[in-house]
Amino acid sequence: MKVKILFVLFIITAFVLGACSPAPVEEPVVEEPVVEEPVVEEPVVEEPVVEEPVVEEPEEPAVEAVELRFMYYADGPKQDLILPLIEKFMAENEGITVILDMVPYQTIDEQLPIQVEAGQGPDLARITNFAIYKGKLLDLRPLVSNPEEFEANFATPILEALGYGGFPDEYTITGPYVNQTLFEQAGIDLPTGETTWEEWTELTKQVAEATGTDYAIGIDRTGHRVAGPAMSMGATLIDDEGNFTIDTPGFRQFIELLKSWHDEGLMPNELWLTGDALNNCIDWFKTADMVMCMTGSWQINGVAADVGDAFDWVVVPNPTGAGGSTGIAGGAAVVAFADTEHPEAAAKLMEFLYAPENYAALSGGGLSLPAHRGVAEAGVDYASDIPSVLAALDAYTAEVPKLQDQAVFLNVHPFAFAYYRNSANRIAQYLAGELSLEEMIANLQSDIDTAIAESN
Amino acid sequence: MSKNSHNKLFQTIFGSIAHGVISFVDLFLGSIQKLIGIKGVPYLFVLPNLLIFGLFILYPMLLNFVYAFTGGSAFFPDNRPYVGTRNFERLFACENFLVPNSCTEDLFWRAVQNTVVYVIAQVTILVLFALITALILNRKIKWRGFFRSVFFYPCLLSPIVVGLIWQWILQDKGLLNGILIGLGMSRMPFLTAATWARFWVIMVSVWASMGFYTLILLAGLQSIPSDLYEAASIDGASNWKAFSNITMPLLMPTMTVVIVLSLIRAVQVFEIIFAFTGGGPGTATMYLVQFIYNYGFTSPNKQFGVAAAASLLMAAVLIVLTLAQMAARREEVY
Repeated sequence: MKVKILFVLFIITAFVLGACSPAPVEEPVVEEPVVEEPVVEEPVVEEPVVEEPVVEEPEEPAVEAVELRFMYYADGPKQDLILPLIEKFMAENEGITVILDMVPYQTIDEQLPIQVEAGQGPDLARITNFAIYKGKLLDLRPLVSNPEEFEANFATPILEALGYGGFPDEYTITGPYVNQTLFEQAGIDLPTGETTWEEWTELTKQVAEATGTDYAIGIDRTGHRVAGPAMSMGATLIDDEGNFTIDTPGFRQFIELLKSWHDEGLMPNELWLTGDALNNCIDWFKTADMVMCMTGSWQINGVAADVGDAFDWVVVPNPTGAGGSTGIAGGAAVVAFADTEHPEAAAKLMEFLYAPENYAALSGGGLSLPAHRGVAEAGVDYASDIPSVLAALDAYTAEVPKLQDQAVFLNVHPFAFAYYRNSANRIAQYLAGELSLEEMIANLQSDIDTAIAESN
Repeated sequence: MSKNSHNKLFQTIFGSIAHGVISFVDLFLGSIQKLIGIKGVPYLFVLPNLLIFGLFILYPMLLNFVYAFTGGSAFFPDNRPYVGTRNFERLFACENFLVPNSCTEDLFWRAVQNTVVYVIAQVTILVLFALITALILNRKIKWRGFFRSVFFYPCLLSPIVVGLIWQWILQDKGLLNGILIGLGMSRMPFLTAATWARFWVIMVSVWASMGFYTLILLAGLQSIPSDLYEAASIDGASNWKAFSNITMPLLMPTMTVVIVLSLIRAVQVFEIIFAFTGGGPGTATMYLVQFIYNYGFTSPNKQFGVAAAASLLMAAVLIVLTLAQMAARREEVY
């Protein structure tokens, strides 16, 4: 027994002394397994050897190992679509490594602007708020191989809003989803031809009552979606000089209609009253708790996937009014930032992404409307054989020619996002009874004016 | 091997390890001490913590002052023009402080009003419930240990988790409304009617933090000598008399600490409410910290200056409350 104890003591003493003694004595022992690793990873070591012949080609001295960080938020299946494209790009462009940071939209909305401001932003990103990056995007025109083609394929107001630092990777249109099955169960025909918001309100109310559905109608909690119906009622949110004007008869008319939805319980209270972020009516629509939901084309994927064959749904033509159609244009853009250390590589990736075949792959797989003229003209092969999905895409495409000018310019207006968020919160205050209509309009105008003044 | 020889073996092993470690530290510190002298050694020990404190607390605090006195929407202080007290003036530009709509920054005054009401109601209910619970748990009841754990358990939960759990319970199609409908009653607007939302915000925050204060009060109750109650009982004092003449006076220093601590925490409330109601309906449950957060971070037009000014005003309130707590502690010690 004593021998055992002495042995244990010997081991421990050796350990303690070893720990206390100068490190180099032990290092080789500890690091032995590490020495083995390079042997395992020998193929990596071989890479430079394979690349050596590149030295023989004097025409490509610029191919240096560069790393691009690309911050991307994906709606629908875009995550699965962008990854193979990035891999394809890297395979075609040895020396350029693209690190794709998949983030939620909130990160793009709240954190990216601060990161970019602080000089800690990525090289590229997918964004929706164009104005906030004014002067901070990389002008691609001198860097891409064919700047004329770049400019010809995208709408000039969007490119100008981006400072030619990116391109819209999809076009979105707002428009309502309707539960067709509930209409059938109620024995009410879907309206044809031009229909106003008041008429839709009455119809969906009848359907909800007849079918025992919780809610008749709803609209996403954001000023972006509200702008459309207001414009259809004659609101001129942006005047000829580009100024925001909230107080117009059309705006008042729709806000009062919205208030009636809220007060009569046609719309779920939680949709507009809880939180201070964007709430989507589509959540109620997908569970068949709402007859009609005013949202947009980016929801097609989600509705198709989540509703399945639980009920029939359809995207109906946008309601119209004295001011015209309801639709509002929007979309996301892929941009490169001006402070990237690798402008050529960033431009190369941008050029790759807006190449017609790659752009079409993203649009077709992601079921999104192309903002690329060449792709739109050639037609997109959408990756779906579901009739309601294809019909919805057709319905949204048919809305494009009906868009009012201000409905196109709204999303690229420098202060569009100041209007979107502030209007949602102010309207919520009005619906909650904290503000009168007059106060709401005055406060919202003041919020936007302050945002403009602070920015200047 | 006997138990004693086991113990001896472990003592020997750990003794050797400890000795080795101490010898090493002694060797290391001894040489440093020779370099900087004995008086410098304490500063060496606090240096790591001081660096972290300076980087993450002091520096941001100083930056906050810079933001409060500068304007614009730029992020870097260098790019922000000096505006003097303009941000504070904006916050105080009001015709009538009791009518938020008459103020330039109406949301700030709504947040102030909400916070005042919340602090008064929440602290009152919290202290009352914590006291009652502590009094009950101080008695010899069955499963006392179990109940002490049960009341303390919510304190271990993340505020975000608490907020989300209660949101699922109280939302329109939540658990509670499901039960009400199951009982043949109508759905209640727990989170979409201002009065209900304010009520639930207070109750949920009381539920989440009561255990902590109950524990402090319980410690205070247990420090009261039992012979005082025995003497009162011999003198024929009723339970109420014993409570009002022995328990409360002797518990007062602990109560003061609890009140001041809960006041400070109530003024700082944010995470639970942010996850629970998001400040809604409308702005009915938007409190000061959320106002600052919204203005500084989520607002599309980042108004760092106004947010920083509001946070300095809140800091002033917290400093007053902290001084009160320190005074209360001093009173407790003496």
